[in-house]
Amino acid sequence: MHIYANPKRFLGIAKWLMPLLFWSGLVLSAGAIAWGLFMVPPDRLMGDSVRILFIHVPAAWLGMGGWAGIAISSAMLLIWKHPLAGIAARAIAVPGMVFTAICLATGSVWGRPTWGTWWVWDGRLTSMLVLLFLYAGYIALVQATSREGGSAKIAAIFGLVGAVNIPIINRSVVWWNSLHQPPSITMGTSAIDPVFLTPLLVAVAGFSLLFGGIVLMRMRAIIAEAQVEARLKRRALDEDAPRGGGAGAGAGEPAMGGA
Amino acid sequence: MREALEHWDFVIAAYAIGLGGLAMLTGWSWRTMRRAETRREEIRRR
Repeated sequence: MHIYANPKRFLGIAKWLMPLLFWSGLVLSAGAIAWGLFMVPPDRLMGDSVRILFIHVPAAWLGMGGWAGIAISSAMLLIWKHPLAGIAARAIAVPGMVFTAICLATGSVWGRPTWGTWWVWDGRLTSMLVLLFLYAGYIALVQATSREGGSAKIAAIFGLVGAVNIPIINRSVVWWNSLHQPPSITMGTSAIDPVFLTPLLVAVAGFSLLFGGIVLMRMRAIIAEAQVEARLKRRALDEDAPRGGGAGAGAGEPAMGGA
Repeated sequence: MREALEHWDFVIAAYAIGLGGLAMLTGWSWRTMRRAETRREEIRRR
């Protein structure tokens, strides 16, 4: 993992991996959505509204998976001080929040014809809403620490503590009474008919690739912004150095070392 | 009494929200990346 710590090496990989993930994800997701909308039969109980499954479930899994990614990156930052781990965590935050919001919105739209209500304050929906707020808090914290010059460790600790919510979301339908159905897919078993399960798995794979492509876009943007800032700072120090030391260009180096 | 709701309206609404959100996220991420990388190249050249 540490061989990718060099941003130059990482950018070399991201340059070809990002379009590959993005376009393959787009093709797979579009195929799965077309499959789910036009080729899958209506469900016996839910009717045509079952087609919302193919966008709602991938969004839910990626909303939770995104926070798991933030927690793993935060642990890597705190334990190994991996320089790209903090950037990866920051890059995951906005896509993770958008996927969580899509999950909540599509779930609400699905709830109306299925349960007869847009929203209930049960364990699953509430813990998912808490995840959305955690993402918003994490993004605000990262922005505040980078603006005020605070330590990246603060956001990393928040990322780790927030991971407590992930098993709560997962087990909420087992621990508490809920309108939401119990887990349909568990390790090695599935209660979903293959006619729905196959396009669902294709949709999950497609949206996951798309998510990966978007995260790489965000990482490239964050690295480029950091490089611009570092270069401008170095230039400002170089310009100040001759005036302060009066010894020409070489005087800038000790000043940089001390900064 | 059971409500007669047109399920396709909800399906279309869900996909419009989901795909619209995804399109905005992708567009914003792409634009931010291009802008940051263009700025980096400009500063390198200066």
